[in-house]
Amino acid sequence: MSTLHLNAEALYLDLLSGVRGLLQHDAVLVGIWSGGAWLAERLQHDLKLAGEPGVISSALHRDDFGSKGLASADPTKLPFEIEGKPIVLIDDVLYTGRTTRAVINELFDFGRPASVTLAVLVDRGGRELPIQPAYSAARIALPREHQLRLARDDEGRFSFDIKEGT
Amino acid sequence: MTRNPQLNKHGELIHLLSIEGLPRAVLHSILDTAGTFLSVNDREVKKVPLLRGKSVFNLFFENSTRTRTTFEIAAKRLSADVINLDIAKSSAAKGESLLDTIANLSAMHADMFVVRHSESGAPYLIAQHCAPHVHVVNAGDGRHAHPTQGLLDMYTIRHYKQDFTQLTVAIVGDIVHSRVARSDINALTTLGVPEIRAVGPKTLVPGDLKEMGVRVCHDMVEGIKGADVIIMLRLQNERMSGAMLPSAGEFFKNYGLTQEKLAHAKPDAIVMHPGPINRGVEIDSSVADGKQSVILPQVTFGIAVRMAVMSTIAGNNA
Repeated sequence: MSTLHLNAEALYLDLLSGVRGLLQHDAVLVGIWSGGAWLAERLQHDLKLAGEPGVISSALHRDDFGSKGLASADPTKLPFEIEGKPIVLIDDVLYTGRTTRAVINELFDFGRPASVTLAVLVDRGGRELPIQPAYSAARIALPREHQLRLARDDEGRFSFDIKEGT
Repeated sequence: MTRNPQLNKHGELIHLLSIEGLPRAVLHSILDTAGTFLSVNDREVKKVPLLRGKSVFNLFFENSTRTRTTFEIAAKRLSADVINLDIAKSSAAKGESLLDTIANLSAMHADMFVVRHSESGAPYLIAQHCAPHVHVVNAGDGRHAHPTQGLLDMYTIRHYKQDFTQLTVAIVGDIVHSRVARSDINALTTLGVPEIRAVGPKTLVPGDLKEMGVRVCHDMVEGIKGADVIIMLRLQNERMSGAMLPSAGEFFKNYGLTQEKLAHAKPDAIVMHPGPINRGVEIDSSVADGKQSVILPQVTFGIAVRMAVMSTIAGNNA
């Protein structure tokens, strides 16, 4: 068994500078529930952006609804108009790309953004769709049966939760 | 012990036939999901693709424009194809049996049946005889249950009052004939409401309600005193001719909700009604249109709750 040490806090600092480089005039952050939403909340503060970031859920557009049923998640909340805006989507872990596909569909139910860019903390490979991030703080390879998720403690510090098996 | 026919072996909801026997977590999950769907109304695209490619058959063996319409809107917002069958005027009238009707509709590749029937238990019978991938929603059966109305009433109460565990809820009117009352009582009990009152004349309030933990009151003022929520039921006009009630006027005098009677409830009490309302029979116009009335929000919430029910059962396999 391999032991993987990922320092989520250090990677967050890399993500911060990466996202700073992606921000165009008028851009808004939208975090993918749940880990991406935590990241977007902190990025919004650290990048001194006004207002709240958006939170987006993949639940209503998931392609595994037929086999897994309705996923439980906080509902999408976009506290701004997205029409004509450059959107920076934030996620903790990019894997198959299916969640990203679902949230892009969800996003377009609210209007037509000028562009959609993706920035992630970790890209673990294994893509099943033609989706690539504009920025990833780390790229790793993990066996299929491993689950990697961001966790946040009471003080708001990030760490990674790695589980074997499903 | 036999399993609840509405749940699969993992305890997930596959049909909605009655609120009775459903765990509290299942009810809360449906209410939470409904909250998500309510916000779909604010989107540019007011439709989500969860039931895309699925066929929902509305089977109304008994007339109901409102309930059928809200199910139809809910299914369409989930992107399902909706087929409305006014069975009362078609096959059943030609003598076809219920199960033959279902077998024929199944052959047309139905994925979900929304059933209203004057016989209690008809949706159970259909659920037992349809293919494993087909889901059934009870849209009202006889005097037995009207679970989606019960759930939308719970959504309304939670929306305005948040916590069920501190509430006094009074259900007023023709309780003996009301499947809504039965579903509400089951849901309120499961969700932990400490005081449920059934208010009405002796002829319309069954005595066995006490066994369900419900306080029976034949005096209206006593029944709604200090209540947080008042659920008025429709006085079914068709019962008026029998020996159950002297007259509509007499009923209104004793049990009709007026501003004067409403003053005995808590100042922030909400007034609910499943509709259609009979103004001047069970509810005064000034109350129905007043600031404590949440009758129209109930209708809006009803669509979101029906979307939640349909998407929950459609996503779970038998």
